[in-house]
Amino acid sequence: MDPLTLARWQFGTTTIYHFLFVPLTIGLALVVAIMQTMWHRTDNPTYLRMTKFWGKLLLINFALGVVTGIVQEFQFGMNWSDYSRFVGDIFGAPLAMEGLIAFFLESTFLGLWIFGWDRLPRRMHLASIWMVAIGTTISAAFILAANSWMQHPVGFTINEELGRAELTSFVAVLTNPTLLIHFPHTIFSALVTAGVVVVAVSGWHLLRRNEVDLFHRSMKIGLAFVFVAGVLVAFTGHTQAQVMTDQQPMKMAAAEALWDTEQPAGFSIFAVGDREGGRNSFNLVVPNLLSVLSTNSLDGEVRGINDIQAEYEATFGPGNYIPNVGVVYWSFRIMVGSGFALILLSGIGLWLMFSNRLVESRWFLRLTLPALALPFLANSTGWLLTEMGRQPWVVHGVLLTEDGVSPSVGGLYVLITLVGFTLLYGVLAVADVWLMRKYAIAGPTEETTPEAVGAAFTY
Amino acid sequence: MDYFNLETLWFGLIAVLWVGYFFLEGFDFGVGILLPVVSEDDTDRRVVINTIGPVWDGNEVWLLVAGGATFAAFPEWYATLFSGFYLPLFLILVALIIRGVAFEFRSKHDHPSWRRTWDLAIVVGSAIPAVLWGVAFANIVRGVPIDADFEYTGTFFTLLNPYALLGGLTTLLLFTLHGAVYLTLKTDGDVRVRSRKVAMNLALPAAFSLVVFLMWTFVNALDSDDTGVVPGVVPVAAMALAFVVGWLLETRQEGWAFIVSGAVIALTVTTLFLNLYPRVMPSSTDPEFSLTVFNASSTSTTLTLMTVVALIFTPIVLIYQSWSYYVFRHRIDRDSVSGPRTPIQLIADRYGPATTTRSTSDVGGDQGGAEPGP
Repeated sequence: MDPLTLARWQFGTTTIYHFLFVPLTIGLALVVAIMQTMWHRTDNPTYLRMTKFWGKLLLINFALGVVTGIVQEFQFGMNWSDYSRFVGDIFGAPLAMEGLIAFFLESTFLGLWIFGWDRLPRRMHLASIWMVAIGTTISAAFILAANSWMQHPVGFTINEELGRAELTSFVAVLTNPTLLIHFPHTIFSALVTAGVVVVAVSGWHLLRRNEVDLFHRSMKIGLAFVFVAGVLVAFTGHTQAQVMTDQQPMKMAAAEALWDTEQPAGFSIFAVGDREGGRNSFNLVVPNLLSVLSTNSLDGEVRGINDIQAEYEATFGPGNYIPNVGVVYWSFRIMVGSGFALILLSGIGLWLMFSNRLVESRWFLRLTLPALALPFLANSTGWLLTEMGRQPWVVHGVLLTEDGVSPSVGGLYVLITLVGFTLLYGVLAVADVWLMRKYAIAGPTEETTPEAVGAAFTY
Repeated sequence: MDYFNLETLWFGLIAVLWVGYFFLEGFDFGVGILLPVVSEDDTDRRVVINTIGPVWDGNEVWLLVAGGATFAAFPEWYATLFSGFYLPLFLILVALIIRGVAFEFRSKHDHPSWRRTWDLAIVVGSAIPAVLWGVAFANIVRGVPIDADFEYTGTFFTLLNPYALLGGLTTLLLFTLHGAVYLTLKTDGDVRVRSRKVAMNLALPAAFSLVVFLMWTFVNALDSDDTGVVPGVVPVAAMALAFVVGWLLETRQEGWAFIVSGAVIALTVTTLFLNLYPRVMPSSTDPEFSLTVFNASSTSTTLTLMTVVALIFTPIVLIYQSWSYYVFRHRIDRDSVSGPRTPIQLIADRYGPATTTRSTSDVGGDQGGAEPGP
């Protein structure tokens, strides 16, 4: 049992799992904050009932995001102690700041929001849910600052004597171009995720003519979120790919299964790779499109895997610098495909809504439930692309993943925790999905006063 | 020794974070452990859980910040500790996960077996960390096998030595006592009566366990080539105050009892950190291999940055977290978790027999009132 492989599986499993809940928390906190603000402004009890209904789903989801987040902070030290020793001077600071600035804010004000319906003045109570939404977003900014540094390390020097990276400029870390594009892309994806959940649940109820007014209003907010944020995800994603082509050409070459440098380069729709031979055995291509996407010109040069490998061997010494092309290529396509499908779906939904035909368009409402899988698929494959595309590096160009693993932790220990977390997470997923489904199907309840909503929120 | 440096400041700040964590989540753990002990039915259990409902998550963030601050300020300490204490930390993580989820999920479905399952998760998920944090800190102070590369060379069973197990028992008793006192302070009715009784029964065993643990710590310190700061009056105060908690409960000074049970925890943790300084992970293999605040720390650039951030945000956090405790300062009883009374219930309350089993024998203030008997 190779501890490195097991530790990588553990990081992948726990991180993907954690990130099923995080984007929904970020997005839904904002959705609920907006709904409560509308109640505050209009005094329309429907908005209060919406706040309670979607708030309940937010809370069920929030719990798992919080507890699986603790594992994330601990496992750098547990499984990746040499990584932690090497990067701690830089990487630890955003993590500590995330706790101090974001986690305290979101946890304290979430407590105030859940239990404060009849204890706080209305305005203060409304401010609490906004604090939660702000806290989750700040948290994303810090953790993405840490991750962006792994993608594109800046503001540091290597101390050869101590064998570690040392911070020279935290401003550089916070203004890392990777972060500046990584952050909006992730936040907009979170808004899409929450939007799709709202659209899917609302669609299910509208099909059954339950609470038409309430779910029609919810659907409107959900569709707007998916469409607007979806378009922004696409734009930021495009920029991100160009930044990555510059910073990590190997990742993008793998994402396109582009083995040899081409000028002009075509965009692959469907490729079957031959990894040993360093080529594709089959490839369906749209001519010139990759040149346009990567370089903004019809006949720009895009570098291929084999050439970058040769360059890396010359720079970093002999070794295999090619990530798992199959995973990276298909992750990229699933992510982009899911994203565009959601933009199309929400565009149609908005058009139906503006022409007042949404509730009668049963074919559209039936489409919303299967669409629920798409944002989660896109979020997961997005991270697979980002993290697996960076391999074999853990800090791009600076530290190899195999040099980051804990030397003192044996394979058996990593196996125990991998199996343990997987089983535990599996059981919790069943309980979580069951509860989410129960509350989503049960629909909104009758409470029309904040006190009654508060009583329904206590433990 | 020169104490005026960033490394020492951050050692102190991390000690403060652990003190805060154990003070706050200490009573959380105690409340979780006592859930089945002080309640007789589901309404009682809801009273108990709702006393920490608004605050437990914020309390747990103290741990996350302590962990993050250790990573940022002392990467070597973070790496050695977390990779070395691997399985205990895994168990703590599992416990914190099931416990946190249980608080949220329990109330979301009204079925006896669903609630029993999550109640069990709350009890186990509170008891495991209450024991293991004591085991972990006792091992840190005692020293564990660490080689020249700062790598832990022991196994899981190295950590289960008698001194560390006594440390675990001590934190278990202290946290459970702290939780019982908190429940006495924060509830009304039968739960309050039962919690007070539990607290009074626990006060002496917790105090004795603490005395033996601190004396053993003292003997260990004499035995080794200890370079730590002499903790002086701090452990003496911890031991003395531990014996005061019972008396304060006896005389119904519940607010003071809570402050003192918290102070015992704070002084105990402070003793351990004073004993450690300037080491952060003493090596039992060779003192030369011990991690200290100087050889485990980040650069002064990072420490300065972190100091500025801490100076700005710590006061803000303290203000809103204290405010949240102020908002939720009220006692919780069976009525407050049952939601607004329906008109029929109100009529029954007034004219009919009691609709609940709520005790009316103990609705007095913090002081005075009839002694319900231990």
